[in-house]
Amino acid sequence: MNLGMKSWIALAVVAVLLAALPLVGSNYFLRIATTVCMYAVMAQSWNFIGGLAGYPSFATAAFFGFGAYTSAILQNHDAPMLLAWGSAGLAAFLFAAFLGGAILHLRGHYFAIASLIIAEMLREIVNTLPDFTGGGKGLNLPFLRISVTAQAQFFFYAMLALAILCTGAAIVIHRSKLGFGLRCIQQNEDAASILGVNAYGYKTAAFCLSAVFVGVAGAIYASWVNYIDPPDVFDVLLAIKPMVMVLLGGLGTIFGPPLGAIILLSFEELVWRSFLTVHAAALGFIIVVLVLFLPNGILALVRERLVGRGTVT
Amino acid sequence: MIYLQIAANGLVLGGLYACIAVGFSLVWGVLNVINILHGTFIVLGSYVAYFAYVHLGIHPFVSIAIAGGMLYALGHALQAGIINRVITAPVLITLTLTFGLDLILNNAMLVAFTADYRGITLAHPFRSLEIGPVFLPGDRVAAMALAILLTLLLYRLLRDSKIGRAIVAVRMDREAAALMGVDIKRINAITFGIGAFMAGAAGALLSIIFPISPLNSPVFLGKAFVVCVLGGLGSVPGALAGGLVLGVIESFGSYWLGAERAVTLSLGLLLLVLFVRPSGLTGRRGYE
Repeated sequence: MNLGMKSWIALAVVAVLLAALPLVGSNYFLRIATTVCMYAVMAQSWNFIGGLAGYPSFATAAFFGFGAYTSAILQNHDAPMLLAWGSAGLAAFLFAAFLGGAILHLRGHYFAIASLIIAEMLREIVNTLPDFTGGGKGLNLPFLRISVTAQAQFFFYAMLALAILCTGAAIVIHRSKLGFGLRCIQQNEDAASILGVNAYGYKTAAFCLSAVFVGVAGAIYASWVNYIDPPDVFDVLLAIKPMVMVLLGGLGTIFGPPLGAIILLSFEELVWRSFLTVHAAALGFIIVVLVLFLPNGILALVRERLVGRGTVT
Repeated sequence: MIYLQIAANGLVLGGLYACIAVGFSLVWGVLNVINILHGTFIVLGSYVAYFAYVHLGIHPFVSIAIAGGMLYALGHALQAGIINRVITAPVLITLTLTFGLDLILNNAMLVAFTADYRGITLAHPFRSLEIGPVFLPGDRVAAMALAILLTLLLYRLLRDSKIGRAIVAVRMDREAAALMGVDIKRINAITFGIGAFMAGAAGALLSIIFPISPLNSPVFLGKAFVVCVLGGLGSVPGALAGGLVLGVIESFGSYWLGAERAVTLSLGLLLLVLFVRPSGLTGRRGYE
């Protein structure tokens, strides 16, 4: 059985297990599960540009907020919810294509800084256009007229479906010519170009892929919490946490990002809620330990152990 | 005449921006590390000056040396103990590491000092200057003069001292410098320490002008980004030029477009420069 087949089976098993979750879990548990699915989408998306192509993008927060605002504005102009979600994904995709044209010729730190300030810039623009975006006061979204439990289940299934879709896309892309080309770019972009990899096109494709699912996730999030404002949806931590999750799970792997999302958010829920005032410091501490002692992620550690044992015996 | 006033305001602001950015630029250029901690270092310097003034009555301008010295020690220790371990790793790793350290330090400041905005009210305030039609607040002018003096001192240090030549050598070619007998790790730690010193000194200067709060650190970091990209990397004259340009542009931008759009303007400017001239206005090509 080849690796692709294994990945698909693993995805199907996980999907079925998770889909049964509302039968056993409370609404509180479903809320956490929805958050995990949301971050799994964001980590998986970042992995396209950060893990495969090796470009340290901080634009995740920008795409998230862009999707959230696109959907919220459309719904405030009476667009149906599902159409607004789809439009948010499309808008984020187009925004990334446009943005990629402007900043993907940069490398290393310059790319990082350019992508970092996109979210800041969008936040300022939203703040200065109060008639259109609600400005600093934020925007309300229409309520769903169903019970609280039904809402919790609805948004959980929506995020889960998106996470499965995104992971499916990752399985296809990691094994495709595009994925191969992106890994070449990560290792040596100039050499890849000389050998005929269309570096600019590939990078733009990866950047757009890192935007489209995140845009939809932002749109679903906005409907889920019913209210968005600029500091919430353009928060720089929305760019940092997915990166940390990918580093935690394993850079450039398919199941590393969702695994990292589960680990980090479980930790957050179990440990940090008792220490609210040092919430940020705890995340910082995890980052420092991770970078210094586990640079290849947990999956690599597991694999090393397995391979190591295999060669000894 | 109003334009003359706006230009003067911009230049005064720009001198301070240069001082904010020059340490950041040095660390980026020499170590190839984006030091996300820089904004928090500046705020920490402001707190040192604030407490020295409130409890001991030490003038904030005297605190430049105290704040700078303390931050030098902190910076040196962080680089020697932690960042040097991954200094050759890809951009993503070092960037994430300084981000993690910043989360810890900024959170520690929030717990220790709270998020309240504090300010220093000097017992003997500076008198304002009037030069022809132009009116200048004395504290800002004095702070700017000291900021530019510090920046020039750093320039002399890099040009004339043995350590300074070693730092420049590492910036130009790490391997060649190592072959010539430069202890790279030691130079890394000293450079990071100097970057932190400049941040602490800038913080002490700014403490008499801007409110002090841990929430300000991203603002200062943002300014450092823009100045660095405008002026090019790792060069003191570049940071000075970038700072002055940014100060003047922001000053005119606030006048024409309104103060709330000044931030958008400077960020937009940053993106534009990155798009058309990634090596900065004065920078040489070759840095990506």
